[in-house]
Amino acid sequence: MDFVTALQIADSTVRLATPLLLACLAGLYSERAGIFDIGLEGKMLAAAFLSGAVAAVTGNVWIGLLGGIAASMALSVVHGLASITFRGNQLISGVAINFLASGLTVVIAQDWFEQGGRTPSLIGGARFTPITLPFADALAGVPVLGPIYKELISGHTILVYIAFLMVPATWWLLYRTRFGLRLRAVGEAPEAVDTAGISVIGIRYMAVGICGVLCGVAGAYMATALQAGFVQEMTAGRGYVALAALIFAKWRPWHALWATLLFGFLQAVALRYQNIDLGGFTVPVQVMDALPYILTVLILAGFVGKAIPPRAGGAPYVKER
Amino acid sequence: MEKMPKWADVLLIPLISLVIAFALSGLVIVAIGEDPVAAVSLMIKGALGSTYGWGYTLYYATNFIFTGLAVSVAFHARLFNIGGEGQATLGGLGVAMVCLYVPWPHWSMALPAAMVAAALFGAAWAAIPAWLQAKRGSHIVITTIMFNFISAALLNYLLVNLMRPPRSMDPATAKFPEATHLPTLHDMLAPIGINFSKAAPANISLLFALLACVLVWALIWRTRLGYEIRAYGQSERAAVYAGISPVRITMLAMLISGALAGLMAINNVMGEAERLVMNAPEGAGFIGIAVALMGRNHPFGVLLAALLFGFLYQGGSQVALWTSIPRELIVVIQALVILFTGALDNMVRMPLERLFLSLRKGKS
Repeated sequence: MDFVTALQIADSTVRLATPLLLACLAGLYSERAGIFDIGLEGKMLAAAFLSGAVAAVTGNVWIGLLGGIAASMALSVVHGLASITFRGNQLISGVAINFLASGLTVVIAQDWFEQGGRTPSLIGGARFTPITLPFADALAGVPVLGPIYKELISGHTILVYIAFLMVPATWWLLYRTRFGLRLRAVGEAPEAVDTAGISVIGIRYMAVGICGVLCGVAGAYMATALQAGFVQEMTAGRGYVALAALIFAKWRPWHALWATLLFGFLQAVALRYQNIDLGGFTVPVQVMDALPYILTVLILAGFVGKAIPPRAGGAPYVKER
Repeated sequence: MEKMPKWADVLLIPLISLVIAFALSGLVIVAIGEDPVAAVSLMIKGALGSTYGWGYTLYYATNFIFTGLAVSVAFHARLFNIGGEGQATLGGLGVAMVCLYVPWPHWSMALPAAMVAAALFGAAWAAIPAWLQAKRGSHIVITTIMFNFISAALLNYLLVNLMRPPRSMDPATAKFPEATHLPTLHDMLAPIGINFSKAAPANISLLFALLACVLVWALIWRTRLGYEIRAYGQSERAAVYAGISPVRITMLAMLISGALAGLMAINNVMGEAERLVMNAPEGAGFIGIAVALMGRNHPFGVLLAALLFGFLYQGGSQVALWTSIPRELIVVIQALVILFTGALDNMVRMPLERLFLSLRKGKS
């Protein structure tokens, strides 16, 4: 493999890892606060649709982004109501949200645009455009580092940079602020937080809200940056891959970055090569497709380090009477 | 003291949840500028107005009975099996191998073998997540979701690279031989003078689905194993104290669940498609979740819920054909049913409990 190919694959890895990273961090906030969320997929899909639709109608991608966040937040509220207020089963609620998004996006898209469940193609200001970082063109001539700076680091949309900045931001918020301490405590020992006079329900709603915003950005990235418009089922299981990455990362922000980059790399390789020839033995493309899921199962099984979820995860909090 | 009478728990709550789910679905139809009353009457005509409609309704219901029972058996042990889709996919693989690679003289000999293969393949696909849950403590929900994706990739590989007949572009197996084709309701009802639609896919699998309902009922409420499964689901600690092995119950409940999901393949692969195609279960594994929740994990409830969803599926496709309401509306209805009968159960239950308590106070 030559340098240019490697660079292209790395570039594509970054693009494909971005929605995974955003969704993974979204899940991290929610699950660290004790709310399991298998509805990441649905929230991303709903956000992808509404951001694509709003951007297509208004011609302004930023309003589209807000629309995407609103769609994702609406589903977050449903998840919060079901799993926090009404103490329902968080997993069942997540399943319902995924189907709700999968059905509603097509029904509404067909009603609004009549293009077989897609939004019109986005052009011009209705899409996020790549940003050229300073001196990218001037430094392109520098051997090795120049092309890396120009192709890999520069030339992405703003959402990519936001996603990567979210990693240190999340780390700082979770481990260096009072809110972060409380959020983590709510996921481990909600009764202790309650004893300290802090609202468990309030913190959990906030965590689910942050999750909604990040899923919204992830979905909007899919429809307005990675591709030009919404198509049916366009998230294609990315929410589940993000969930897998979250477990792979053992619910920690920096590890989430490495996990999503790994899964993004797998997608980039599967996209570029149909079958991979490893000296006489051919790896079929389907193995690359299945690899994130197989890796997650192996991690979950504890064969590659043990993944221990937040202790109070999945259980609704009931004040003792 | 019970907070409310049993009939309210078993009938009233699911009924109210359903009414809310359908009312919201009706609002969606109104919102996209269609008439919900006309849509419902079109659905009834399309799904129940002819033997052709009935044939499709019952065909879909057969799928949903199998997957609904699969989810409910696991639910009794408090295990959430989201992997019905993957287990049904693997069941289809078992059926295809039996039908394609063994020269059967008659369907009545092929069917038992296909059922064994479907159940074994489905159970095997559930066995790995079950073992990981029982022995390694990995969460069954996540592993079964992952196994759905892995099964899709596996089937994709097998169909494209190994099972596709030469010179065929379509990622599907060859047509099964004539001798393995199952009798449809048309074939079965013709001798007794009922003229049932020839084009509808409902077939003899329906009888096996009904039989499965009875067997699951007997298993859960009339056998020692069923008692142990329910005891384990109610309280793991009490079950362990009573000498029930969590590993054994987790494994057995998931094996039965996977086998039931796999058995669906005798209906959709052997009965309808008569070949194995990509994504053969078409989401029936997931509908099993809605069916089990709505049917309150009781085989009779599962049967009724499966019939309702069979009706929605066939009716929905007719509505999609004649109006501008897309087929995906069924997915919305399915989501709302899961949401209200499953996750938001307490939203209906809490006010009702308060109502019954105040009624009782008024009496005494």
